[in-house]
Amino acid sequence: MSARDTILNRLRERADGPLTAPECDFAVVTDRGWGLDERLARFERWITSVHGEVIHAPWETWTEALAQVLTRKGIRTLALGREHPVAAEARRALADADLELVDVDRDIEGWQQEQFECVDAGLTSVRGAVAETGSLWLWPTPDEPRLISLVPSIHIAVLDAETIEDTFFDVVERHGWAREMPTNALLISGPSKTADIEQTLAYGVHGPRELVVLVRHVDADTEKSL
Amino acid sequence: MSVQTYTPREFHRQAHDALGNPQIRGNFRKAMDGLMTKRRDSFGDWDLETLRELGANIRLRALAKLPDLLERLEANCQANGIRVHWAEDGEEACRIIREICQAHEARSVIKGKSMVSEEMHLNAHLEAAGIEALESDLGEYLVQLNEQTPSHIIMPAIHLNTDEISEILHEKTGTERTRDVDYMTAAARQQLRERFMAADVGISGVNFAVAETGTLCLVENEGNGRMTTTVPPVHIAVTGIEKVVEHLRDVPPLYALLTRSATGQHVTTYFNMISSPRKEGEHDGPKEVHLVLVDSGRSRIYQDDELLDTLRCIRCGACMNHCPVYTRVGGHAYGTTYPGPIGSILSPHMMGLEETRDLPTASSLCGACGEVCPVKIPIPDLLVRLRREAVGEGRGNVPGAGVKRTRKEAAAWKSYQWLATHPGAWRSGTAVVGRLKALMPAKLGAWTEYRTAPEPAGRTLHALVKQHQADKPGGRTPDKEERR
Repeated sequence: MSARDTILNRLRERADGPLTAPECDFAVVTDRGWGLDERLARFERWITSVHGEVIHAPWETWTEALAQVLTRKGIRTLALGREHPVAAEARRALADADLELVDVDRDIEGWQQEQFECVDAGLTSVRGAVAETGSLWLWPTPDEPRLISLVPSIHIAVLDAETIEDTFFDVVERHGWAREMPTNALLISGPSKTADIEQTLAYGVHGPRELVVLVRHVDADTEKSL
Repeated sequence: MSVQTYTPREFHRQAHDALGNPQIRGNFRKAMDGLMTKRRDSFGDWDLETLRELGANIRLRALAKLPDLLERLEANCQANGIRVHWAEDGEEACRIIREICQAHEARSVIKGKSMVSEEMHLNAHLEAAGIEALESDLGEYLVQLNEQTPSHIIMPAIHLNTDEISEILHEKTGTERTRDVDYMTAAARQQLRERFMAADVGISGVNFAVAETGTLCLVENEGNGRMTTTVPPVHIAVTGIEKVVEHLRDVPPLYALLTRSATGQHVTTYFNMISSPRKEGEHDGPKEVHLVLVDSGRSRIYQDDELLDTLRCIRCGACMNHCPVYTRVGGHAYGTTYPGPIGSILSPHMMGLEETRDLPTASSLCGACGEVCPVKIPIPDLLVRLRREAVGEGRGNVPGAGVKRTRKEAAAWKSYQWLATHPGAWRSGTAVVGRLKALMPAKLGAWTEYRTAPEPAGRTLHALVKQHQADKPGGRTPDKEERR
């Protein structure tokens, strides 16, 4: 008999007899009832508490805010997608800027060394965020592959304020994750970190040293709270 | 720093050595105090009891349906393109992983943190086959450089302090001696990035395997887990069969419990969910993903209603962080892959009670582990059960059951039982002992090494109470009705 069948048989013919599955009540991880401002405030508080940087910008002029970040951080090479509106707009806005735009819609085998050693920052869209934990959620695509949010030293993520939801559970349920999981789904909550050296926090151990979240606001009213 | 190997057989000697090492005690005390405070704060505004109840129920439901869920996990993984392998024990799992590596002519493997791979000594197995296995979690990397094993399941290098780590990095990798943690972290980043790029295979563990979608979830802060599972062309995930959960919606509550219980973080930097190898048109990620499901004694634990609770564990390490014994002796003293309370209830099933006979007694049964466990495993009860198994008073469902049974001890307890249930014999017996107390030896072996020998009272409590009642005006024994 194969190991598989031996193991499954042993589990099925349980000595103390079959088990009953208890009911699970998920109320404790949902129904927070927060409004937009509350969600935004919580998201910002949590992600900045773990060294994430949040920048607010009106929807119409977000690329100007992006350009400022790039200049301020001295970013010379930026890896980004092409088709996603975030990437497309960024490309248009940065066409004449003094920095190199790096295409990411190509097989990693051809440019791994370049990605590891020559790219200062990666720009990605995100699908949404979680207020309760200050987390971004991403489903990487061929247009914005997995490694651009991981390998470059700086990750710039563009988030629309109204896509922040209360809890991770809410995101999984409302967006029907169970129906169509992508190759890779990610929660990102801050830059890479470690406390393995005597509990002392250090950032950028393997992944990005910095995470910049550029929050776009459609509603001018929200700007007042900025 | 001398390289040491540890074994559960030598628990007493190892604990004694650790207790005599102020460095080790200081390192653990400081770390555990911090972790306890952080955990408490992180659950601050949560209804923790309700959340723990949910966590326990999710795990119980998964265990109740375990064989079906494993089949469903396998089917869904396969439908997604993940190849699934089954191993009865660690040796078989090592062989499966080695063969996958050899099929790809792999010379170099990069590893994310995986306690199951530690449990089956995967690195040694691969190295014997000429395949270099390098740990990429910073703590694991340091421990590996120092030729040690992890001393904590979440923080592998917690037994080392900054100076010791600086010395290890200096000696093994040529960095400057420093107390600058950022410098050391950056050096390790540089060293490991080269290795990620060069690795032929990435090996990781799994925190939760979702049956419903065929998804492997990995929890981490460093990004080495994402690197390991994304950069090399082949990814092998290895996990115990108990890590499966039924639904994707089961994951958020368990994740909330895990990070807060483990390190007091409200969330980790990365939550990485992998459901397939690189698809047509995608530009990165491994082209091949394997899942190795390891039994290694777990299906035996599964047979017994009481022992089953052991399998609920989500490996947060909160039980060790709160254990007064672990805090004092550290993780290595246990001599097992899983130290602390969870290790003491898990290791006997994996290694047998012959090897691990002292571990169930490495506890004062203070109950802290059971109180903090995010999935409500009754660890103290299980420790007692294993003590009973060790002396042959259990159900015999643990390998090596009865190994600590001695005829002398069994006879002593038998006699005590008889005495305690025969009041006449008890009274005359205790009266005789009271009169002969002068004959009581002052030295009683190990007991009197740190204590004075107990002295039998001249008169029994029973006699004293009788006297007291007789002395009271109108003294008499209250009858049953009055006592109620």
